[in-house]
Amino acid sequence: MAFLEIKNFQKFFDKNTVLHDISFSIEKGEVLAIIGSSGSGKTTLLRCMNFLTLPDSGKMYVNGEKILDAETTGHLSEGELRESRLHFGLVFQQFNLFPQYTVLGNLLLAPNLYLKEVVAKLPKEERSRRLTEGTAELESKANALLTRVGLSNRAGAYPCELSGGQKQRVAIARALMMSPDILCFDEPTSALDPELTGEVLSVIRGLKSSDSTMVVVTHEMEFARNVADKVIFMANGIIEEMGTPEEIFNHPKSGLLKAFLSKALD
Amino acid sequence: MSFWEVTQELFRGFGVTLELFILTLVLALPLGLLFALGSRSRLRPLRFLVRGFVYIIRGTPLMLQLLVVTLGPGILFGTQHALTRWKCFNGNANLAYFCGALLAFVINYACYFSEIYRGGIDNIPKGQWEAGQVLGMKKSQIFFRIILLQVVKSILAPISNETVTLVKDTSLARTVSVVEVIYAADRITGHYALIWPLFYTGAFYLVFNFLVTWCFTTAEKRLSRFRLE
Ligand SMILES: Nc1ncnc2c1ncn2[C@@H]1O[C@H](COP(=O)(O)OP(=O)(O)O)[C@@H](O)[C@H]1O
Ligand SMILES: [Mg+2]
Repeated sequence: MAFLEIKNFQKFFDKNTVLHDISFSIEKGEVLAIIGSSGSGKTTLLRCMNFLTLPDSGKMYVNGEKILDAETTGHLSEGELRESRLHFGLVFQQFNLFPQYTVLGNLLLAPNLYLKEVVAKLPKEERSRRLTEGTAELESKANALLTRVGLSNRAGAYPCELSGGQKQRVAIARALMMSPDILCFDEPTSALDPELTGEVLSVIRGLKSSDSTMVVVTHEMEFARNVADKVIFMANGIIEEMGTPEEIFNHPKSGLLKAFLSKALD
Repeated sequence: MSFWEVTQELFRGFGVTLELFILTLVLALPLGLLFALGSRSRLRPLRFLVRGFVYIIRGTPLMLQLLVVTLGPGILFGTQHALTRWKCFNGNANLAYFCGALLAFVINYACYFSEIYRGGIDNIPKGQWEAGQVLGMKKSQIFFRIILLQVVKSILAPISNETVTLVKDTSLARTVSVVEVIYAADRITGHYALIWPLFYTGAFYLVFNFLVTWCFTTAEKRLSRFRLE
């Protein structure tokens, strides 16, 4: 049983078909890179996985559990939707840090609110103890993550005081705070100056481990080739070709992929 | 009447001006936010209702609204000065007129504020909402914890302008028998044939608007610790 399985995703905007019957699966700990020219539906796919928009048809399973079924998801309550959504994390091209919070505040905002809700469901006498413990745990987790992305000395800075590369590293740490099963990246380096992409890519590479599963939409072919376990090439809303980096980059079959690669690599 | 006596009398009037100003602000700011949320609601009837109401209020003079609120009940229910007959006022005409004026001011300013809020909310990048959503936050949490302060920062200047205008607009309340500072001066002018107390009221407005502007500048400084994306 695959860790993440997507079956027959379709998405229409008005009469445009943006996703045509997308199906794929990945195993736990794998890194999937999605490449393809702009407009091919990569962002839409990630947004569907993160419940920012719902596919018009299709199903999605995480660890065998069905967490999205286009037939029924429209009827889910906000609470149920949130639970499903928390299987995923998403790092945006434009960072989307919260400008009025410090770096540490950005990391702690959502998990602290979530903790409060969890604690509110406990018996009365346990609440304050669990809240104190939970808050302390979150803080040490935040500090550990900041160290991991190399920003432990900027915990008190506001986003406007950071470089693009630093912002994106904060965004990665923020997404990791919710311990998603699958972390998605939508062109995490496309909004960065070329000299800053390296620091972000090396953080992402450093996250690769047996229990972190990642889906990375990227234009960085070297990164896809070296870090991904599996590569999907999308064109016009379909998976035109899928395979290992070796297969995709060294032995491309589809004409579209060959054309895309010769453009991307020169 | 001596300068000192006039000053005392004007301070009494200015107290009413202040009450009207502060209560209007305190009530219209949250009500305006409510209107703004209503005018962005997904429920079509609610959205149309709120937008229509805001459109009417913004398109007609505050003076007219004051008259409608204070005279309307009388015309509708057939008794002149009906406001004073309402139980809650206990026959206290001053209170009745004040509350009528307050109601008109609150509605009027809430509508102006709501348009400012609406623009402010619309201008916050969608990515801020989405970033909150993918972190598992609820819509209401995203609005109050992430969006609102950014909106406040981005609309401080227009809100400040409206507030300064409100300070001056309170003088319209005299048309519905509220003895605010200009009315107080006018009475002195009528009784003692003195013109200068009328001009003197200008000083009250100037000083007070100086304070109001200072408050907004301070708020702006405090919010300058961060920059909007
Ligand atoms: N909200 C939307 N409304 C209408 N069309 C959209 C919307 N979002 C994306 N599209 C269209 O879907 C197609 C795929 O877009 P996208 O998923 O952003 O591609 P990519 O990320 O691969 O560049 C594009 O043609 C785009 O115009
Ligand atoms: Mg895209």
